[in-house]
Amino acid sequence: MSQWLKGLLVGGVVAALVTLVAAGEWQGASRSSPPIARMADGKPNLNGIWAANNAANWDIQTHKARQGPVIALGAAFSVPGGMGVVEGNEIPYKPEAVAQRDANGKDWMTKDPEVKCYLPGVPRATYMPYPFQIVQSTEPNDILLSYEFASASRIIHMSTNQESPTDTWMGWSNGRWDGDTLVVDVKNFVDQTWFDRAGNYHSDALHVVERYTPLTPDVIQYEATIEDPNVFTRPWKMSMPLYRRVEKSAQLMEYKCVEFAEELMYGHLSKQPKQ
Amino acid sequence: MRKTVLASIGVAGAVVTLAWWMSAPLTGQAQGATNPDKAGEKYVAPHTAWGDPDLQGQWNSQTSTPLERPQSGTLAGKDTLSEEEAEGLESANIARADGPPPAGDPGTYNSFWFDRGKGLSRTSLITDPPDGRVPAYTPEAEQRLAAARAERATRGPADSYADLPIWPRCITRGWNGIGSNYSSNTQIFQSPGYVVILQELIHESRIIPLDKRDGLPARVQQWLGVSRGRWDGDTLVVETRNFDPRASYRGSSPELLLVERFTRVSPDAIDYQFTMHDPKTYVKDWTVARPMRRETGKITIFEYACHEGNYAMEGILAGARLEDKEAAAKR
Repeated sequence: MSQWLKGLLVGGVVAALVTLVAAGEWQGASRSSPPIARMADGKPNLNGIWAANNAANWDIQTHKARQGPVIALGAAFSVPGGMGVVEGNEIPYKPEAVAQRDANGKDWMTKDPEVKCYLPGVPRATYMPYPFQIVQSTEPNDILLSYEFASASRIIHMSTNQESPTDTWMGWSNGRWDGDTLVVDVKNFVDQTWFDRAGNYHSDALHVVERYTPLTPDVIQYEATIEDPNVFTRPWKMSMPLYRRVEKSAQLMEYKCVEFAEELMYGHLSKQPKQ
Repeated sequence: MRKTVLASIGVAGAVVTLAWWMSAPLTGQAQGATNPDKAGEKYVAPHTAWGDPDLQGQWNSQTSTPLERPQSGTLAGKDTLSEEEAEGLESANIARADGPPPAGDPGTYNSFWFDRGKGLSRTSLITDPPDGRVPAYTPEAEQRLAAARAERATRGPADSYADLPIWPRCITRGWNGIGSNYSSNTQIFQSPGYVVILQELIHESRIIPLDKRDGLPARVQQWLGVSRGRWDGDTLVVETRNFDPRASYRGSSPELLLVERFTRVSPDAIDYQFTMHDPKTYVKDWTVARPMRRETGKITIFEYACHEGNYAMEGILAGARLEDKEAAAKR
């Protein structure tokens, strides 16, 4: 073998090795997430418009697609299948509560508070098919969660963790940081909100602990631990990623749905009811 | 529940009581930022970590001072009140609210139930024009409003839910400058690029982007319009357009340009003013100054779930149908 050929071979092997190493480094870089955004006080910056982009509002458990309830809407409003968001895919209902859940699910069009544009409660507001905005300042200011659906909102009390004077639809939220995770303790709920359109429900003893953990600048891992000794035999957990609406033009639009529910709720009391 | 009932009463216009309650002379007319707590000293507003003037916190703008200056009585022609005048008016109004209703009137809540807030040393919230009155309507607006009244008169007071004002329908109470008989509470939140005004009534978040983005097409109308904000020195200026015609305030048209100005003038006060620019409706612009005071202590913004307990709506409609039946029986 000529020196020239040897040189070419060695050079080729070295070049290949360099390429491999470079590729490996590049892959390594893509595997480790880009650093998350931070506020001036060092806390993760969760500001932005977020959406779950899953089928949990239909059913938080794994479910298949099925015919929708309005025949006239055909494929446009039938139910998409979806992977569940519940850990282990099992909700630990007490035996007597299962019947209530089944009855809710069977009659969801008349019973689901979403249909009437009622405030959706927590955690459901998070994974409804509408975006929400997190408005976060530096400490000790409170954090606002503003949801598009029904103009719902809730204050996460950061500086003055207080007790709620009464039960509410969106609950009373007290927040704190656990490392890079925003932990929100939510209680003082009324018993009239649901978890989904499948009829999964709770009582006024509901206690939710949410964890918002940024994974990348554009993804938050959301986790909610549900506790309600009146309905469930043990605490259970749901989790899902929340995705940032990255387009510059993103903004919450008004969805003041009261006016979309009025005919349904009060039409029968009109002087000339619509047919 | 109580507030839902209050809401329907408020809308029904059953109560228009003006309790004049003299307080610290917050004129709300600060030119620049003059600290009312320390006369003559220029107040410098704090800034957020990212450099915006800091308006955050809980604020209340409840006041018993009426929008317009009365045209008759002792206040006609006056722009400010003496302390004696204010006290006299306050006790007269409380006595009227707490007294028995006129014969045939079922009455309404007394002074205990309303939170009318403190009165200002002005006789009207309108600071411009100087007469403290909403300017005259243009001929076009007169025509438009007359047509709307004529159309409304073709139906009874509650033929349908849509015949009721947006207050008892629990849709919105409009932007925070309009105020209410109670709970005119707001909490201001800020993040880089945004100011958000959370109104207790009715759980509204006015999300105001500061990034100079475009507005929305004129046909995209919203109950609270579409707001865009900017800083003018330490003053937040918010311009809002695209109002839903059903959200008309004082006869305004969908072409209303609402310009609001928020200026911190002391640790515990924001000078809040808004100007109604709607040449299709008013012969000239008009400006309201409605000071915001910091809520201190344990007071916080509460959930105002109006629609969820709106028994008044069913009651009003069912009552109207009963009256229809009785009227038909008499014929």
